[in-house]
Amino acid sequence: MSGAAAENRGLGWRAVQVVTVLVYIFMFAPIMVVVVLSFNDSQFGGFPMTGFSFRWYYKLLENESVLRAFQTSIWVAIVTSVICSVLGVLGALALVRYEFPGKEWVNTILIAPALVPETVLGVGLLLLMRWAHQPRTLWVLVLGHIMLALPYVVLVVQARLIGIKRVYEEAAMSLGANRFHTFREITLPLLMPAIVASLLLVFTISFDNITASMFWRPSGVETMPTQILSMLKVSISPEINALGTLMIIVTVGLPLIGGGLARYLARSVR
Amino acid sequence: MTAAAAVELHDVTLAYGSFVAVKNVALSIAKGEFVTLLGPSGCGKTTILRSIAGLVQPTGGEIVVAGRRIDNVPIHKRNIGLVFQNYALFPHKSVFDNIAFGLKYRSVEKSMIAKKVTRALEMVRLPGVEKKLPSEMSGGQQQRIALARAIVIEPDVLLLDEPLSALDANLREEMRTELKIIQREVGITTIFVTHDQEEALAMSDRIVVMNKGEIEQSGTPEDVYRRPESRFVASFLGQSNLLPGRIASVQGGKAAIRIDNGPELLALAPAAAREGARVTAVVRAQKVAVGSTGGSAGTMTGKIVSASYLGGTAAYFIDAGGVRLQAIATIEDRVWREGETVDIAINPTDCLLLDEGGKRMR
Ligand SMILES: Nc1ncnc2c1ncn2[C@@H]1O[C@H](COP(=O)(O)OP(=O)(O)O)[C@@H](O)[C@H]1O
Ligand SMILES: [Mg+2]
Repeated sequence: MSGAAAENRGLGWRAVQVVTVLVYIFMFAPIMVVVVLSFNDSQFGGFPMTGFSFRWYYKLLENESVLRAFQTSIWVAIVTSVICSVLGVLGALALVRYEFPGKEWVNTILIAPALVPETVLGVGLLLLMRWAHQPRTLWVLVLGHIMLALPYVVLVVQARLIGIKRVYEEAAMSLGANRFHTFREITLPLLMPAIVASLLLVFTISFDNITASMFWRPSGVETMPTQILSMLKVSISPEINALGTLMIIVTVGLPLIGGGLARYLARSVR
Repeated sequence: MTAAAAVELHDVTLAYGSFVAVKNVALSIAKGEFVTLLGPSGCGKTTILRSIAGLVQPTGGEIVVAGRRIDNVPIHKRNIGLVFQNYALFPHKSVFDNIAFGLKYRSVEKSMIAKKVTRALEMVRLPGVEKKLPSEMSGGQQQRIALARAIVIEPDVLLLDEPLSALDANLREEMRTELKIIQREVGITTIFVTHDQEEALAMSDRIVVMNKGEIEQSGTPEDVYRRPESRFVASFLGQSNLLPGRIASVQGGKAAIRIDNGPELLALAPAAAREGARVTAVVRAQKVAVGSTGGSAGTMTGKIVSASYLGGTAAYFIDAGGVRLQAIATIEDRVWREGETVDIAINPTDCLLLDEGGKRMR
């Protein structure tokens, strides 16, 4: 290769690097700004920095409505992820391990909510509840979140289940284990990585859902995202930055921990 | 059928939808016998094993194991040892837990379980690996663990589905011998499935040759190899020349066969041999003698079309008066070369006759 061409290539490479860095800045700057400003001592939720302080975090801890919203979100997310994982595992088992009429349809219907716009789902579930004369309790919100997250659980568990060879189950049964024992001793442990992954995935989906939650939450009840939204309507308080930082920690940290845990489980399982 | 039979299949039929994978298979296996199901891929061997194990349900017939009809018994209540082609060791369980798995469901005491696992590992000559995970072991070792797991429960019958096919060639031969020795020691009734005839001939007390879901022939390795009952068995086992022709004459216990567009061959005449009948003469490639025999009776000449040197033997294709013969001959002094003319001799006792239906003439 001639010197000029090498230089050209060097230039092109430089350009790619610059663009990459710019894209990363574009993606992560807002997040960084929120995190940095959450430690700003200033009364206003913007630059310039006037000093380092945890005061907005302390203030959050004293904010009753924020704490209540946080509790609500955590509760909804936990209940949703547990129910979703149980249903998702059962559904995936049925879809992968058993033959029954209308299997294709059931599969499509289980996955469909992931494809329908959330606004439509939001309105739809509300109309259904009105038609059934059901009050708008927190359980409607949970039900809605289950509907939103279930497709992902089914997909994740299904993928793993296809990878678990049926001969393991057949071997267990030939050795004297009935269906239940086989599930408990063989299928479930081998599915664990997928179950951990889906618990966390559902938790995250539920924890930061806002669009559908706006439709489904009972009046007077706020989830974390709707709480932030309503706080923003009043002013950009520095508290919101602290809250945002906490949200980032929960929604990024959990999947990371979960991913690591799943990989660890998968290794011991292989 | 005798009362001593360990496994009996009475006209077992199994269809997947409209496709009949196993047709009216009847089989009786004595206690301690090593029986091999041999046949090409897709002939229904696995399906038969799976129906004995209870992994598929036959659409017709009865299966009796240890005197008990089991085809309606759920799989976990049959007492059957199963070894899969890829071992199917539980990847998340240690070797100990793998082998102990079946014992847990047989209300065996804890201390007894440990003892039995140790003994099983000794039996497969892998003592002391209890704590390892299957992934930490080689293919051959996993194979032994799978065998230990299956025999530790003292099953009524051991079912092995191509257990050696995932091993490399050297190990396969070693495990072949090993497996046979272990089977003898334990004295366990065994059904072995393979498509490898060498394996079948080397290991079995009895070989059941299958084709398209049906049993073609059942007999000792020598029986099926030397006295094939049908065209399929003759062509599946070993290398044989199948030569269509017509019986020219029957005289003095010998039949002269006029091979279509070819020479005349002498065969021992079966009782059913009639002049003019269409037959197929079957001659093993190893039984075609090649050399300069000097024009004795039953001798013809041919021209070497191709020759391959195999070490102790050589394989030839020979054009003998219009028909193509395959011969595998020990090398006496030299390997014949392409284009050379040789004498060919076939002993009448080595020439079997099949009738028009492809069955052996008797
Ligand atoms: N679950 C199944 N559904 C439909 N056909 C099957 C199934 N299992 C096996 N078959 C068919 O049945 C035939 C026999 O299969 P198998 O018993 O596995 O043969 P082998 O073990 O002798 O190779 C094959 O043609 C195979 O395609
Ligand atoms: Mg098979």
